[in-house]
Amino acid sequence: MSDHHHPTGIKRWLFTTNHKDIGTLYLWFSFIMLLMGGSMAMVIRAELYEPGLQFVNPNFFNMMTTLHGLIMVFGAIMPATVGLANWCIPMMIGAPDMALPRMNNWSFWILPFAAFMLVSPMFMGGHFMAGQGPNFGWTFYEPLSGQYGKLAFFIFAIHLLGISSIMGSINIIATILNMRAPGMTLMKMPMFVWTWLITAFLLIAVMPVLAGAVTMMLTDKYFGTSFFNAAGGGDPVLFQHVFWFFGHPEVYIMILPAFGIVSQIIPTFSRKKLFGYASMVYATAAIAFLSFIVWAHHMFVVGMPVAGELYFMYATVMISVPTAVKVFNWTATMWRGAMTFEVPMLWAVAFVFLFTIGGFTGLMLGVAPADFQYTDTYFVVAHFHYVLVTGALFAIIGGVYYWLPKWTGHMYNETLSKTHFWLSVISVNVLFFPQHFLGLEGMPRRIPDYSPMFADWNRISSLGAFVFGASQLLFLYIVIKTIRGGEKASSQVWEGAEGLEWTVPSPAPYHTFETAPEVK
Amino acid sequence: MSASKTMRSLIGLLGTVLTFAPTVAMADYGLNMHKGVTKISHEIYDLHMLVLWIVTIVGILVFGVMIYSIINHRKSKGVTPATFHESTTVEVIWTVIPFVILVAIAVPATKTLLQMSDMSHPDLNIKVTGWQWKWEYDYLDNGVHFFSNLAKSSLDAGAEQVGDAKDVDNPAIHYLRNVDHPLVVPVHKKVRLLITGADVIHSWWVPDLGVKHDAIPGHINESWFRADKVGIYRGQCAELCGKGHGFMPIVVKVVSESDYKSWVAQQKKAEAAASADVNKTFTKAELMAKGKKVYDTICAACHQVNGKGLPGVFPALAGSKTVKGPKEEHIHTVVDGRPGTAMQAFGKQLNPVDIASVITYERNSFGNNDGDIVQPSDVVAFEKNQKSK
Repeated sequence: MSDHHHPTGIKRWLFTTNHKDIGTLYLWFSFIMLLMGGSMAMVIRAELYEPGLQFVNPNFFNMMTTLHGLIMVFGAIMPATVGLANWCIPMMIGAPDMALPRMNNWSFWILPFAAFMLVSPMFMGGHFMAGQGPNFGWTFYEPLSGQYGKLAFFIFAIHLLGISSIMGSINIIATILNMRAPGMTLMKMPMFVWTWLITAFLLIAVMPVLAGAVTMMLTDKYFGTSFFNAAGGGDPVLFQHVFWFFGHPEVYIMILPAFGIVSQIIPTFSRKKLFGYASMVYATAAIAFLSFIVWAHHMFVVGMPVAGELYFMYATVMISVPTAVKVFNWTATMWRGAMTFEVPMLWAVAFVFLFTIGGFTGLMLGVAPADFQYTDTYFVVAHFHYVLVTGALFAIIGGVYYWLPKWTGHMYNETLSKTHFWLSVISVNVLFFPQHFLGLEGMPRRIPDYSPMFADWNRISSLGAFVFGASQLLFLYIVIKTIRGGEKASSQVWEGAEGLEWTVPSPAPYHTFETAPEVK
Repeated sequence: MSASKTMRSLIGLLGTVLTFAPTVAMADYGLNMHKGVTKISHEIYDLHMLVLWIVTIVGILVFGVMIYSIINHRKSKGVTPATFHESTTVEVIWTVIPFVILVAIAVPATKTLLQMSDMSHPDLNIKVTGWQWKWEYDYLDNGVHFFSNLAKSSLDAGAEQVGDAKDVDNPAIHYLRNVDHPLVVPVHKKVRLLITGADVIHSWWVPDLGVKHDAIPGHINESWFRADKVGIYRGQCAELCGKGHGFMPIVVKVVSESDYKSWVAQQKKAEAAASADVNKTFTKAELMAKGKKVYDTICAACHQVNGKGLPGVFPALAGSKTVKGPKEEHIHTVVDGRPGTAMQAFGKQLNPVDIASVITYERNSFGNNDGDIVQPSDVVAFEKNQKSK
């Protein structure tokens, strides 16, 4: 198959409607955002290296925590999973491309502008340290966010990000439901496709809720309404309910595709079918459903009637059941397999271990009375970084190593990649594990300076952070090196790999499955 | 970073690795939740330990199976992969077991939660208001009322010595953790807190009392504690509330019943003295000295100790039009604030003596040589005048 009639150079990327090109764009955008959000995390950890204010002022610090969170959630993790979906879903279900290729182009190209809109106020303060970027935390609670001078930039950026996500989701759903190859029934789809199908429905359900929240903020700030303003008869707590009705499913939007990736990798390198495929599908759907009815567990100390607290506690701890089922299934898949530990498998196994630790602390946080002590402390910071960094991000990195030979036609450098893995997995624990202790000791999150009683663990956490941050530059180098050259990859790539994407040559030609394959 | 610090970090690093799983029962090394000094905080601690043990055991079992499998079920060991890939029985078993464990956790958790929300029969009611960036305490039963700011000494203590503050003699041990006016409560009494916010959301948290509740504008949240032990308990704001979020500590002094009574009497006396001072005429030196104290505690958070502000965020007072202009406008700004900015209406927070002295201080510091002074009577006159308008 030839690369017929598509433009070259910059025009290729601007006008492309090819799912592989768009997947590549998403992945590179996400990686740039990862480095940007990551460097902000480095500023945070440098400032927290020891007590006292050394590098930045408190306002700048708040800007760093806010932008770090927003960029990582909306700029790094979400676009990365969309990028993987673009690259893999059509190939996995035997479709020639995404169902709505032009919309696909648009949903990507909105993103860089949204990111620019979000970050640009940082450079509007006259000098750098007086930057006026958003400074109210990624959860942008009212009324604090209402005090922010450049709120319109932020709101417009969120709207754009939401539009992009909704379009991406419509596309994914339309592709999965309409473009499967003959014989590819729903219950034969690879787990990654299943998790993305469910994720896409979550996105369509909650992104409009987020849009509603920021629109109410907009009219409160600029058009005299009082949705969230107590003095005008509104309610700041309303904001939190609306936000977390979006925000909790959002957490699963980030982790479900990661579940999917890990469910592809583990069977491949265990040389054994995924254990309990059907129960994995049901567990994913159950998690998605539960994600809609537990939002107020982020708000136990906001002040709810005790019946409400009890309900949200019971519903929340219930999530451990389907999540545990998933972990058990992965373990059972490995059990009595014939495992090898190529780099993608290393990341996947690390995912299962470390995500489970994040799940454990999630259960602890779900127990409402204890949450009164944990919430808004570093214990929470540790929890969600275990889930999102060693969870979502580790799975994504594993996925990149897994499919990189398919995308580029080259094998990655084994030694460098293993170095990248071991550096990351050790430093990430040095970075985040002590944060549990800090939280239990009483250190609140989002503070730029702290009492000496928190000094020791903060220093260790910062040291871990610097190593973890630097390790990701190695990842960048490995990926570029693999694109440029390396040992030729076969179309099968991995001995135990199953699925349609492994039947096409490596690198995958520009157009695949123009004639639908037959799935038995 | 000194060599000893590096060394300590390395040892700590090793500690992290070694304590990776058994984080339990090492409370002395700053690893675990505090037991605290109330029944509720004890129950929370027990719940925390219960769940921690459960997840530790589950973790050991699950990770044990995985590690066994990783070691033994390798292709390099020549095994052939099994072909099983589903079992409804197994799926049902490992759905039911977690469910049963959850019920076992939910029972004690429910009990504790119900106790936490039992607000009946308080001995003392205190209204707590969160401000950017200080706390206001209003004793509803006896009328004692004051603001509680980060103590200047606590902030300064850190400036030179925060680096090494492990020994208790070092004043930096309470860097950022002391206030000018702690909340004082009697031991063994049920203290009910009515918590609200004045501007944005804050969160009143003292770990040892087992209390954390958000302070939300337009809401009054109830919470309570009954401290079992005399002592000083520290906490801080737990909800991001802007630039000063890390600088609004909470100190609760739990004292004996008799000490509490004499403290209340003392507060009343001080209040009476303060209201008498309103009619007094102070010398410039007195006003300047008082004013500096007020300025450094209250105003310096934004306008900075040197009066230069933060360009683009908080205006400078050095050379400011308001400060160099007529007294009335200056008094007006301090008393009523500037709506739509971070400048609060301090008329509600400070007494006329404090306001007069801080204005005098501002007009004669940072290179502002206005030369004039403001007396408490000027402030009282301004406020009276304003009311009659």
